[in-house]
Amino acid sequence: MKRIGIDVGGTNTDAVLLDGSRILRAIKSPTTADVTSGVRAALAHVLADSDGTTPDVRAVMIGTTHFTNAVIERRGLSKVAVIRIGLPAASSIEPMADWPEDLHRAVAGPVFLLHGGHEFDGRPIAAFDRDAMRRAAEAIRDSGIAAAAITAVFSPLIADCEREAAAILAEVAPGVSVTLSSDLGRIGLIERENATILNSALHGLARRTVAAFRQAIAETGLAGPLYLTQNDGTVMRAEEAERFPVLCFASGPTNSMRGAHLLSGLADAVVLDVGGTTTDAGMLQAGFPRQANTQVDIGGVRTFFRMPDVVAIALGGGTVVREAPFSVGPDSVGFRLLEKARIAGGDTLTLTDVGVRLGLLELGDAQRRNAIPLDLSEAAQNWIGRRLAELVDRMKTSGADLPVIAVGGGAFLVPDHLPGVSQVIKVENAGVANAVGAAMSQVSGESDRVFYGVPREEAIAETLRAAREQAVAAGAAPDTLAVLDVDDTPMSYIPGDPLRVRVRVIGDLAG
Amino acid sequence: MRELDYDELEALAIGAGVLGTGGGNHPHLELMCAQADYRRGRRIRLIDPDELADDARVAVVCIMGAPLVTKERLPEPQSICRAVRRMEAHTGQPFDAIMSIEIGGENAFFAMLVGMELGLPVVDADTMGRAFPEAQMASFAIRGLEVAPFAIADIRDNEILIARAESPTRVERIGRRIVVELGSIAGTCTAPRSGAEVKAHAILRSVSRAIAIGRSIQAAKAVGRDPVAAVVERALARLVFTGKVEDVSRRTEGGFVRGTVRLTGTGAWQGRELAIAFQNEFAVAHRDGALVASVPDLITVLDEESAEAIGAEVIRYGQRVAVIVLGADPIMRSAEGLAVVGPRAFGYDFDYRPFEELTP
Repeated sequence: MKRIGIDVGGTNTDAVLLDGSRILRAIKSPTTADVTSGVRAALAHVLADSDGTTPDVRAVMIGTTHFTNAVIERRGLSKVAVIRIGLPAASSIEPMADWPEDLHRAVAGPVFLLHGGHEFDGRPIAAFDRDAMRRAAEAIRDSGIAAAAITAVFSPLIADCEREAAAILAEVAPGVSVTLSSDLGRIGLIERENATILNSALHGLARRTVAAFRQAIAETGLAGPLYLTQNDGTVMRAEEAERFPVLCFASGPTNSMRGAHLLSGLADAVVLDVGGTTTDAGMLQAGFPRQANTQVDIGGVRTFFRMPDVVAIALGGGTVVREAPFSVGPDSVGFRLLEKARIAGGDTLTLTDVGVRLGLLELGDAQRRNAIPLDLSEAAQNWIGRRLAELVDRMKTSGADLPVIAVGGGAFLVPDHLPGVSQVIKVENAGVANAVGAAMSQVSGESDRVFYGVPREEAIAETLRAAREQAVAAGAAPDTLAVLDVDDTPMSYIPGDPLRVRVRVIGDLAG
Repeated sequence: MRELDYDELEALAIGAGVLGTGGGNHPHLELMCAQADYRRGRRIRLIDPDELADDARVAVVCIMGAPLVTKERLPEPQSICRAVRRMEAHTGQPFDAIMSIEIGGENAFFAMLVGMELGLPVVDADTMGRAFPEAQMASFAIRGLEVAPFAIADIRDNEILIARAESPTRVERIGRRIVVELGSIAGTCTAPRSGAEVKAHAILRSVSRAIAIGRSIQAAKAVGRDPVAAVVERALARLVFTGKVEDVSRRTEGGFVRGTVRLTGTGAWQGRELAIAFQNEFAVAHRDGALVASVPDLITVLDEESAEAIGAEVIRYGQRVAVIVLGADPIMRSAEGLAVVGPRAFGYDFDYRPFEELTP
């Protein structure tokens, strides 16, 4: 079964054509300002020598940092009408109260607080105010705002109010795209609402981006379905990604870690993904990225959904080295590496030039190479060793030495020996590990339920059944499904001894 | 009396998390409410117990119910304000100041939010010096002061007064049932206390203590020092373990989350093991099988790097933590205190010994 994996990073667009787990072709090319022409070029390359016939590609998997960057750089975002259902409760903190001012300005539309929502046990807090919802829908229609976010109290347990509100909005203002918080669902109104608003703010961009990806693929004559990779190391269909772009937020580092696992065969290791601008460090546990268990800050906004535990530092192939006084970074020439770097005839000394001077990488001609100052290169190399050793230590959970897998276009910068590290592994095709990770992505299913007075084992078994159904619906082959994690949390001070169970399963894409 | 600075709000949130001993989480939402109040020009006026007139009337307040509900319904200081007004109507006398029943966790902030809403000063004291699960575990109840009359209100139009009750435990039980009916969250106001009673029977200056703990963490982080060491030094605490969470087992019994956290040691505790039993709050800690601390002393689990307190409901496998122990207030360590908040009161079959004696 052939698959294509593409990872669109801030600096490079990487692509691989895989047959099973064998890499047939791989290409690393600069990310283009419009993103899609880079994808088109990468596709053309991996399909290049197929003699005019299009190989039988089962699927194309794309991982992109496009949506994350849009939030961080506050561009391409739509204004969002915010509907919160929970009065007379849920009014002591305004929506978006803790957002950075510039992001607030870019996203905040009208805000509507409505009566409704539920108690944890299913009783209504107050009757849902349909009339007020209808008035809100009319106001949204008249304002011309194209996106809305709907959040009701305890909707992860009972989503009725959110669904009813969405139906009224669809009837009054059919063009408005909507996110229901229950679809992103974790308990915690503010964090869930923040993620819901960000998701709606990205709807327009997500539709444009997916359409452009589709067109680039169609131009090559490929027919297989398009998937986008998501935070947990699995893929979702492109139609899902259009609806839930926030679930793609951390797919870049996740793909690198999954690729590092698949290329090295190691299941427990620290992964250093050295890109053009940053190095991302993550921890592989049983072949999957360790998850962060706290609220995750995205562009200054507090959210809470599943994300890998990744620490980034400013160290990459494009990081700028300065001579007097000696300093390294934090700025990078980024995707302009091939015009700015000394070895490419540019005027900026970068860590790539340092690597070339020290013989870690072959690039450019001898004259340019010898013109790069040696003492400065050695000083920069020491700096890299220190920074990476600190980074590895932060990721470790014990004092024992662990292996490090170095991936990414700048993997050559990782020294062969680091303190606290048993061995440094540089795999073949390390530069395209992220694309390999994307291509090999599996499909997951998740179920999250609350039980009253049901024995723990029974509750878990029931939730597991639902999660398996989800995964199969998303395209997984049933016989490959395995449990990724089980999380059960009793809830205090609530009668009936409720137990909240969340189960995730993962499996291969059905062939 | 002094006004708290804007910066002190966050320090209070951090310190209240530390004093929450696993039961009260970092009061993030309540902090957001307080910060919004400050932006609207309101201020918290903190009054030292010594400044209270003996006949001053103090409203002792808390939010009662499931913390999970607040995460969805958001903090509801209004319901406490209504309980306070209900109590004033019942006694026919207005209050002069507000005081929190517990300094640990979210309740530290509710008194502040209510003080700002009602324009009353907040007393620098509480009745637990930490977090405890039940109302009879308050120092006033331990010293034999009546908990009733007891007012309960929600954000709708429901106000309930328990005019008399045979014991503090009865108030707690009746109160719980009412709170469940109201959606498992409600505001409460206990029997009015005089300034003299506060000075004699409350845990004094615990708000200042929480702020000082929070400040020590902030200051250490700002200069790159170890924030855990800073708390230990500032709070006269003892570091009893650093390690990684190896296993957490939880179950609910009668609405309380009970269970055990097992840690394997790192650093100086490499190769050793710590087990902490919890009943909403962390209750008992054993190191390699030997007791190191128990209720009412404060057992607190901190994130090893940030020193942020980690709650028993959210602690999970793989976290790297430091465990510190702080001494309980003398009222809690007295014979009448231990009868209510000692290890036997929590169902353990041993007598209390101060942690200082257990780990010399």
